[in-house]
Amino acid sequence: MKFFYHIGKYFLLLFEVFKKPEKQGIYYKRFITEIENLGINSIGIVFIVSVFSGAAITIQTAYNIENPLLPSYLIGVSARDSILLEFSSTMVGLILAGRVGSSIASELGTMRVTEQIDALEMMGVNSASYLIFPKIIALMFFAPFLTILSISIGISGGFVAGVLSGVTTTEGFIEGIQYAFNPFYVIYAIVKAVVFAFLITSISAYQGYYIKGGALEVSKSSTRAAVNSSVFILIFNLILTQLLLS
Amino acid sequence: MINVHNISKSFLGKKVLDDVSATFQKGKANLIIGQSGSGKTVLLKTIIGLHNADEGSIFYDDINFTKLNIKEKKSIRQHIGMLFQGGALFDSATVEENVMYPLDMFTNKSFEEKKERVNFCLKRVNLDNANSLYPSELSGGMIKRTAIARAIALNPKYLFCDEPNSGLDPKTANVIDNLIKEITKEYNTTTIINTHDMNSVMEIGDTIIFIYQGKKWWEGNKSDVLHADNKELNDFVFASKLNKRIKETI
Repeated sequence: MKFFYHIGKYFLLLFEVFKKPEKQGIYYKRFITEIENLGINSIGIVFIVSVFSGAAITIQTAYNIENPLLPSYLIGVSARDSILLEFSSTMVGLILAGRVGSSIASELGTMRVTEQIDALEMMGVNSASYLIFPKIIALMFFAPFLTILSISIGISGGFVAGVLSGVTTTEGFIEGIQYAFNPFYVIYAIVKAVVFAFLITSISAYQGYYIKGGALEVSKSSTRAAVNSSVFILIFNLILTQLLLS
Repeated sequence: MINVHNISKSFLGKKVLDDVSATFQKGKANLIIGQSGSGKTVLLKTIIGLHNADEGSIFYDDINFTKLNIKEKKSIRQHIGMLFQGGALFDSATVEENVMYPLDMFTNKSFEEKKERVNFCLKRVNLDNANSLYPSELSGGMIKRTAIARAIALNPKYLFCDEPNSGLDPKTANVIDNLIKEITKEYNTTTIINTHDMNSVMEIGDTIIFIYQGKKWWEGNKSDVLHADNKELNDFVFASKLNKRIKETI
C-alpha cells in the first residue's frame, strides 16, 4: 500500500512541477544554472568512468575471444557495441544517480527543513515547479551530450588500452568499430539517457521535496534518492531494451 | 485586518487547534503567545494557508481566504510578508539576491529600480553594506534583519513573524522587536507575531492572545497581562523567577 501511496504522491508532484511557469525569464536562468550544476559538473566523473571502463571492456573482450580463428577486429566490434548499447547510457545513468540524485535530494531536503520551500510558497511561488522543473529539463537536455561524450571517451579508452596492452592492433580496432555499425544504437543510447535523466531528477526531487525532520533525514533522503533512482534505471533499462531493440 | 472564525485543525486524529477565533488589527502588533507545542505555529501556518483548516474560516479584510482556490490564495500571498523562525533565507543567494527575489518574481521593474528598492529595504533594517554577503556569513540578528527586508520588499499589507527572537541575545531581540513595531506603524500592516518571549510581549504587544492546549485561553494587551487572574496565563508569563518578582512588585 505504501508503494502506491508514494507512486500517487510522485505523480501529484509531477503535476505541480509541469504547471505553467510563473516567470519564464527566471526559469530560463535557473535552467542555465542547473545545466552547469547537474550537467557540466558531471563531465569529470563521466570522463574518468568512461575511459577506464572502455579500457576494461576492451581488454576483457580480447581475453574472452582469444582464438586465432577469430578476426582481431571483433574486439573493436564487441567493445563498441557494449559501450553503445549498455555502458554509456546505463552505467553513466547509475553513476549520475549517485552524484546528481543525492545532490538534488540533499539540496531540496535542506531547503525543506530550513523552511526555504515554505518561504517560496508563502510568497505565492509554485515551489515544486520553480525548484524541480529546471533540474529535470536541464539534465534531460544535457544527458545526450554526456552519453555521446561517454561513448567517444569509452571507445578511445578501449582503443588506447587495447593497443598499448597488445591485445589488438590500431588497424584491427578501427576496422572493428566501423564494422557493421548500426546508427540506431546511438539513438537507442540517447533515448535511454534522456529517460534515465528524467527518472534520476524526478525521483531524487521527490525524495528531497517531501522530507520531514532534520539533518539526519536529509542524509537518509539523499541515500534513498540514489538507491531508488538506480533501481528504476535498471527496471526501465529492461523495458526500453525490450521496446526499442526487439 | 485579519479575522479568524472558529478554526479547528487536527493531525493524525489529534486536535491541535480547537475552535479558535480572533481578530488581528491593522497597524498593530498582534501577538500569539503560548508554550511550545500549544498550537501557535499551527495557527499561524493555518492563517497563511500552509495548513488547511478542518473547520472555520479566515478573512483577509473582506476576503474569505478559506474559500479561495490555490491561484487566488497565491495572489493574496503576494501581499504577505513572512519572517520565519530561522530566517529561511536562500542560502545559495546573497543578501541582495534574497531581498530582490520577490521583486524579480512579482514585478516588472528594471534592474536599477529593483536595486534601488533592495538598498532602501536594507537601509531600513540597518544593513547598508551587506549586499554581497551570503547567509552563512551573517550573524543571527543580521539574518533576521535580512528576512525582514525581504518581507517588506513588496510593501506587504500583512506581516507574519514566527518566533522572531528565537536564538537572539536580549539586546538584538529588542532591536528586532522594535524594528517590527516600527515597520508595522510605517506600512500600516496587519502584523501577527508568534512568540514565547516575554520581553517581546511587554515591548510590542498591542493585542495578545494566549493559546493553551490548542484553544484560545485569554485575550488582552500588554498591560492586561500584568493584572490577569488567569492561572494558565500567569503560569506561563511568570514562569521565571525574574518575572515572578516583577509580578510581586506590581
